[in-house]
Amino acid sequence: MSLTAELSAFRDEIKGYAREYGLDFYETIFEMLEYDELNEVASYGGFPTRYPHWRHGMEYEELSKSYSYGLSKIYEMVINNDPCYAYLMKCNNLVDQKLVMAHVYGHCDFFKNNLWFSKTNRKMMDEMANHATRIRRYAEKFGEEAVEDFVDVCLSIENLIDPHSQFIEKPEEPAKTEPEEEEAIEARLRLRSEKEYMDDFINPRAVIERQRKEEEEMAKSKSQRFPEKPERDILQFLIDYAPLQKWQQDVLSIVREESYYFAPQAQTKIMNEGWASYWHSKMMTTRILSDAEIIDYADHHSGTMFTQPGRINPYKLGIELFRDIEERWNKGKFGKEYEECDDYTTKKNWDKQLGLGRQKIFEVRKMYNDVMFIDAFLTPEFCREHKMFVYEYNDRNNLYEISDRDFKVIKQKLLFMLTNWGQPFIYVVESNYRNRGELYLRHRHEGIDLKLDEARDTLKNLSVIWTRPVHLETMVDETKTLLSFEDDEFKETEID
Amino acid sequence: MVKRIEKDHSRFRQIIRGKIKKELRKYITRGELIGKKGKDLVSIPVPQINLPHFRYSSKNSGGVGQGDGDVGTPIGRGDDEDGTGQAGEGPGDHLLEVDVSLEELAQMLAEELELPSIEAKGKKNIVSDKDRYTGISRSGPESLRHFKRTYKEALRRHIISHTYDPDNPIIIPFREDRRYRTWKTQQFPEANAVIIYMMDVSGSMGEEQKEIVRIESFWIDTWLKYQYKNITTRYIIHDAVAREVDEETFYHTRESGGTIISSAYKLANQIVDAEYSPTEWNIYLFHFSDGDNWGEIDTDECISILEEKLIPKANLFCYGQVESPYGSGQFIRDLEDYFENEDKLILSEIADKEAIYQSIKDFLGKGK
Repeated sequence: MSLTAELSAFRDEIKGYAREYGLDFYETIFEMLEYDELNEVASYGGFPTRYPHWRHGMEYEELSKSYSYGLSKIYEMVINNDPCYAYLMKCNNLVDQKLVMAHVYGHCDFFKNNLWFSKTNRKMMDEMANHATRIRRYAEKFGEEAVEDFVDVCLSIENLIDPHSQFIEKPEEPAKTEPEEEEAIEARLRLRSEKEYMDDFINPRAVIERQRKEEEEMAKSKSQRFPEKPERDILQFLIDYAPLQKWQQDVLSIVREESYYFAPQAQTKIMNEGWASYWHSKMMTTRILSDAEIIDYADHHSGTMFTQPGRINPYKLGIELFRDIEERWNKGKFGKEYEECDDYTTKKNWDKQLGLGRQKIFEVRKMYNDVMFIDAFLTPEFCREHKMFVYEYNDRNNLYEISDRDFKVIKQKLLFMLTNWGQPFIYVVESNYRNRGELYLRHRHEGIDLKLDEARDTLKNLSVIWTRPVHLETMVDETKTLLSFEDDEFKETEID
Repeated sequence: MVKRIEKDHSRFRQIIRGKIKKELRKYITRGELIGKKGKDLVSIPVPQINLPHFRYSSKNSGGVGQGDGDVGTPIGRGDDEDGTGQAGEGPGDHLLEVDVSLEELAQMLAEELELPSIEAKGKKNIVSDKDRYTGISRSGPESLRHFKRTYKEALRRHIISHTYDPDNPIIIPFREDRRYRTWKTQQFPEANAVIIYMMDVSGSMGEEQKEIVRIESFWIDTWLKYQYKNITTRYIIHDAVAREVDEETFYHTRESGGTIISSAYKLANQIVDAEYSPTEWNIYLFHFSDGDNWGEIDTDECISILEEKLIPKANLFCYGQVESPYGSGQFIRDLEDYFENEDKLILSEIADKEAIYQSIKDFLGKGK
């Protein structure tokens, strides 16, 4: 259902404020949904048409249970697409709807302008429907079970992509040279000899032969190692080189495409929510709210910003960092002079009246992702003010405990959690391991072991696709270990 | 129109119930079946299937949080199964603990097990009175005065008599304006039920077996309480002799000695005869044992008590046989052979905790 007359009037008003503040977004279409419809759409990740899979049913169960027990409800849902689609829940009150609309315009601006979203498919709504049709067709042709089982396998490795690969410009492949004629090679290898009778001595037959053989060997060994460089986009590698049937190849490429589509949202969770919250708060409090609505607004807003003790709420962390940046750039609290100042009071009352804050946050929303955002703008003052800490697991009492409040440690930990959105880095290193066509992966170990039981099962799923044994080099309890799945068995071998 | 999600959802439910795609069962995360909190609240975890991924093990990873506390302050419990209890993750990434009342729980149980509603007997015979406030009258106690109606009457009178002044809208109710709530006594038919649990506590019933009985009877209790307003529960334990006990004792005793099942049946029959007339009461009898009865003579006696006394009186007689490493498990087969076509007698073998689910379904699936 489209918006009621009342709401569409408010939408136009809010859109006007958003433009006035300099937000820049694609056309945004709002739809009103009943709670169960919204739960359904949300279970499909926001897309009305998505391929059938039990995982969506699982999402639905969680959403509808938590809705019916009054634990949580969805206020808003917005899709990165051109035009942007946003959904409102019908039963929400007017203040909530206004807040949500303002929030949505923040997201839409972020989607359109943030660099990390620049490569996403802006016609994903259509593409998802397209994927659904293809998978349904395969299910009809090859059987629902078979297709679903294969989708399960693909979903188990959906995170093995390289979100940065889209930004790397691939060098053009060198034009393939025709294989050289036998005589041409010989001509190239021969040393110049003026005198014909000396030729047999300058270019002895045996030496020429040997050189030619060596060259051949070199070329051979070069092509033997494949991929030439470790490759992080394992899904693409499998699509290209695993012995899959056509439909399986297509299903895998669907899963891969959707992973890439969603990746920037994971990479910018804190910024994206922070940005949208910053703007709903700004617009609501300066423009939209009537006096009577203040309390309801404050109630909703504080609910969204609530941080459970010991957790990080991306909405809260994001909005506070944006506000902090704005203030610092307004007052000139940055740069060499400020950094090197070691007087607490001077630093605290620092105000150069630069007024660059607004400009700065727009720049930040354009260029940064969460990792860069935290790296550049988390300050010791911010950590202290927001009572941030690092916690560790203590296995003596099976508890998580606060372990540190030092700025450097907090920042390092936070960055680690966000890098590669908290997932391990896995590369495919060799596709002809032991010269038996076995797949060899390497985990770039950064201090934390993999969850072993899951890693084993994931290897098994990989072997379903690769159809040959699959190995993963990793560290287990500080020992370099090779996890293998071959002949229907898991193996764990120490390597040096 | 059937919603698209419904197909995905029912497929998910089927996987959870273990009907299809058994290979995914090991990825299901779910908590304890019973989790009584406070008076009658239970926490229900939402089941999830987590497909395996290459991911970090959560135990030693830790994270960043916000809040008060010194170094060493605990902020959360480690989770044995996986990292779901871990703090520091974004919203939407956590395992939900749902609080529901027992009534909702029973509804969900019914949905889950596809249990039919029970057709109770005795509804006509027992009625209870209940007062309902339905009407308005001109007289009554001041405590029941209906302010809104009284005000309306007074307002109406003022307007009719032209004494109402919009600039000074003071309304003064007279005696005649006053209106009071009144009630009517209605009669509601009511069904009563009694459950008698009998448990074999002879030497061969171990802790694990009793755990199974405990979980199963909790769920049976929940279901029957949802179906009947008035429910009475009685407990009998027996080895070679039977005695009635309270709930606490029922679940925690470990006796030893031989097994004479008929002793329990006799006692149950006495209780029924003395207190619960079958025309007025819905009687449910549950007996749990490892099926290692002492001698055929006693088994014969059991059968005759069942046939002549207990089964005719009861809505349902359920016998659940818990597998035990010691027992021969002969009893269930004897009953099976004898009562081939008796649909008030339900037999169920419970091999382990996993089988409780099916067993509850066996017992309550008939709607008796």
